[in-house]
Amino acid sequence: MSTATLHTPRQPAHEQSPAARTAGSSPLASSGIFIGRSLLHSVRDGEGLIMAIALPVILMLLFTTVFGGAIQGDGGYIDYVVPGIILICAGFGAASTAVSVSRDMTAGAMLRYRTMPIIAATAIVGHVVASVVRNLIATAIVIGVGLLIGFRPTADALGWLGALGIVTLWILAVTAVFALIGLVAGSPEAANGYGFLILFLPYVSSAFVPIATMPEWLHGVAQHQPVTPIIETIRGLLMGGETRALEAVLWCAGILLVAAVLAAWRFPRTRVR
Amino acid sequence: MTPTIEVAGLGKTYGSERVLHRLDLSVDGGVLALLGPNGAGKTTLVSILTTLVRPDSGTARVLGHDVVREAAAVRRLVRVTGQSSSLDELLTGRENLVLLGRLLGLGRRARGRADELLERLDLTTAGGRSVRSYSGGMRRRIDLAASLIAPAGVLFLDEPTTGLDPSSRARVWEDVRALATAGTTVLLTTQTLDEAEALADRITVLHHGRIVADGTADELTALVGGQTVVLLDASGSVIGRSETDGTPASVARALTALDREHLASGDGEGTRIELRSPTLDDAFTAITTSRPREEVAA
Repeated sequence: MSTATLHTPRQPAHEQSPAARTAGSSPLASSGIFIGRSLLHSVRDGEGLIMAIALPVILMLLFTTVFGGAIQGDGGYIDYVVPGIILICAGFGAASTAVSVSRDMTAGAMLRYRTMPIIAATAIVGHVVASVVRNLIATAIVIGVGLLIGFRPTADALGWLGALGIVTLWILAVTAVFALIGLVAGSPEAANGYGFLILFLPYVSSAFVPIATMPEWLHGVAQHQPVTPIIETIRGLLMGGETRALEAVLWCAGILLVAAVLAAWRFPRTRVR
Repeated sequence: MTPTIEVAGLGKTYGSERVLHRLDLSVDGGVLALLGPNGAGKTTLVSILTTLVRPDSGTARVLGHDVVREAAAVRRLVRVTGQSSSLDELLTGRENLVLLGRLLGLGRRARGRADELLERLDLTTAGGRSVRSYSGGMRRRIDLAASLIAPAGVLFLDEPTTGLDPSSRARVWEDVRALATAGTTVLLTTQTLDEAEALADRITVLHHGRIVADGTADELTALVGGQTVVLLDASGSVIGRSETDGTPASVARALTALDREHLASGDGEGTRIELRSPTLDDAFTAITTSRPREEVAA
């Protein structure tokens, strides 16, 4: 094998450097580009999208038709349970964020982003925003199916807007937690596993049955865990009655803040080698 | 004149494992191969030069910019294709290129540039398919193309052909050669000599975090010195060998020795002799099995 063919004269790279520099993207521009990428992922991953919508709908049908009669025989249970189903739906949809973030972190993609003239962390912003968009669509479908099978909210436009605001805030908070899980998990599979723990939270809340019907030792947990005030607020806004809006907003904002701070701390410390 | 890459006294330790020992290196254009076995410190050096890892000591500059203090400026200049695929599995090859082009600031030109690049590398058909469906070789070539979507000051290729079958390897070699002819400065790491010899103008041998040899393929080969007289049987396989230092007198002595051992014993039918120069393989073995020269306490 000969090396002779390769010794062609070349100009040193620095003499052509003006052309060789790339501008990169501002944080806002790269966030926009990454949001587009993550939304494209959502569309491509058709199975994931269908599951994120189908599971909550099936769950709602299960609770209203199969368990509904036993829980509350008069058929009014649907008005009670739909707000809870909306939260569960948000949890299901957000869980895939952990997998997406972990996939970026453990494969070579993040390594490449980190060598580019961009803020690499905006890739995670893309996953989070896409999750919020995806989940709002899923939530709209769940509410639509709910209306079809007899959900009859009494809210005015302002009530709907408030409920939508709380739901969006909750989706954002849960997604941030899942993004953090994706950053910490060793593999996309592990990220998927951790996510399940959070999905159990709504069951120990007033989502499906009033807390008064639970054993007494559970009351403290059920009453004071974040999901309960959020559900009570959505229920109050849509169906009328008492809300715990301040508590709900504080919980969401608190979770979001803690997850964001931990993620910002963790991201630059992720091992590259 | 600013060298393309300038490394001085560069050191890096992971835990108790010293990966780089006060490395000095200067590259000025062309194609440089960093050659060394697994664990030699090749990837760590590339990671430092591309701002992914901070060195513990020493300095590294790319086109005059310090990789730690001026990381942002360095990121405008370098492009890397690492060992693990950086491609987005859920997108097509073309979408991957467009995404990276837009992130690098090409804006609307990213699409045109991606199409042009795919066509030039003869990857247009593959570009329209999902990365998931790619073979290892195709993945590597698109990953390499992703590094070329926007002009780069220096291109780093970390073991670009490891794990590829011979024909994919040949295609990647072609891609790298085309780049070199176009004037891009390339620093590639490799474990195999034939790759270094085929692609690089200059080879730097890295062993246990130190540079143990540096030069052209011919210069490295010359380090081993002498030639060998080999005796081949009728089928062409070596049946005897004798080392020489290359002078006529020592070649004559070697011939006499071989004659005494083999030809005299009657198996001379169809045999022939050959005078062989050391290969780069011999040089590499000799270099990496000898003790590093500057074994001093740090």
